[in-house]
Amino acid sequence: MRDRKIGESGETSGRRARGELESGVLAALWAASGPLTARQVQERLPGDLAYTTVLTILSRLHDKNTLVRHRAGRGHVYAPVRDEASDTAQRMHTLLERGSDREAVLTRFVSELSEQDEQLLYRLLGEHDGHPADEGP
Amino acid sequence: MTVSVYVPFVVTVVLAALAPRLAGRFAPRPAAWALAGGSLVTALGWLGSLALLAFTGLAQIPEVAREGRWSVTAVRADDPVYLTVSAIAAVTLLASLTGLAVSAARQVRHLLWARRECARLPGDLELAVLDDASPHAFALPGAPGRIVVSHGMLRCLGDAEREALLAHERAHLRARHHLFQTAWRLTAAVCPLLRPVAETGGFVLERWADEEAAARLGDRRVVARAVGRAALASAKAPERATLAATGGAVPQRVRALLAPPPPRRALPLVAGAALLAVSCASLAEAASDSEHMIDGAQFVACVTALRDTGTPVPPPPGHAPCGHPPRDHHGPGPHRH
Repeated sequence: MRDRKIGESGETSGRRARGELESGVLAALWAASGPLTARQVQERLPGDLAYTTVLTILSRLHDKNTLVRHRAGRGHVYAPVRDEASDTAQRMHTLLERGSDREAVLTRFVSELSEQDEQLLYRLLGEHDGHPADEGP
Repeated sequence: MTVSVYVPFVVTVVLAALAPRLAGRFAPRPAAWALAGGSLVTALGWLGSLALLAFTGLAQIPEVAREGRWSVTAVRADDPVYLTVSAIAAVTLLASLTGLAVSAARQVRHLLWARRECARLPGDLELAVLDDASPHAFALPGAPGRIVVSHGMLRCLGDAEREALLAHERAHLRARHHLFQTAWRLTAAVCPLLRPVAETGGFVLERWADEEAAARLGDRRVVARAVGRAALASAKAPERATLAATGGAVPQRVRALLAPPPPRRALPLVAGAALLAVSCASLAEAASDSEHMIDGAQFVACVTALRDTGTPVPPPPGHAPCGHPPRDHHGPGPHRH
């Protein structure tokens, strides 16, 4: 499970690590409300990634047509390509909202909450955050 | 044959009753393995016992006995299994096997669908983002599997929580959790008593992925917050998913993440393994008894046939035309055809 440890061939773990970074960058861009500069992306990723690493990943994602890039001042800003996924999004949305037995193969991140679960969850998160959890974005 | 053939049923009931109560107390990875192994062995034991019981009934049908050259009277005299019990076992066995076939076909269909869908998703990255404002996140098994997240979900999480979500789904894909799920669904189809085990298994897999993510990020509370925020956001979404929810699972996961990591205790797993060993041993014992019974009945049939034709019953052991009366010794004897 601990893929980054020794025992794995360096190449495999290198490729995996790169794949994970790409996911992180893409997720950060989708989570943002507008286009981001490479510096802003770097700030939103955990750990201390080198600025050049972030730039490399951004340009690779751009090459794969996952991102669009615009000039802004002396550098670029990046944003995810939006329309391409709409067909898939629609299909998945229908699947998930309507409910189907295909859903069984998906391991969903969270299951549905009951009213009581909701209250309990607010309390659990509130206690440990030190501030109410519902103020989140 | 008397008691031992029923032991696998008892083990099934014990597993189904105890697993949901105990699974949450252990580290999720060994728990998942134990549940998967346990339900596979239990389901096989279930099928084996049903088959033996059904067979003892079948052996009393004269046509079958003639074909197998054994004495119906001897089987009836030897075997204390009621014909009704045998008949019920036969029907249940048929239902179990049908259930298995139907469930296996469905599993294969779903996994193939998931694999196709993985390839159809845009891009060739690990992550596919859905342009959908309602919060969704799941792992889609395939070759390679994909993490599918809607931008609605990404927007309701903070930076570290986003990484926690990705690490969680990645853990599902890396450890091939869909295979565990498949195993549990198949065993539940064979034996409906194992359904609670399958449900518990689903929960344990989520815990496993949570723990993996916590280890990866080095922060349990971030993962707890990610799970909690995602669940609350999903609950707030205008269109609520109408899926079979495992009620109360999310608060349990959050609570487990806010607590220290679960200890790795071996004793209960060893006890579970012992229980399964008992199940296997008694099934083997019942099978061997059943074999002896048939051997004995064949001996009786042979001796009767010889007497009817006027040949004297052969007294010398060793080279008798009917062999030894097999009831003389117990245990796994060399009597195999």
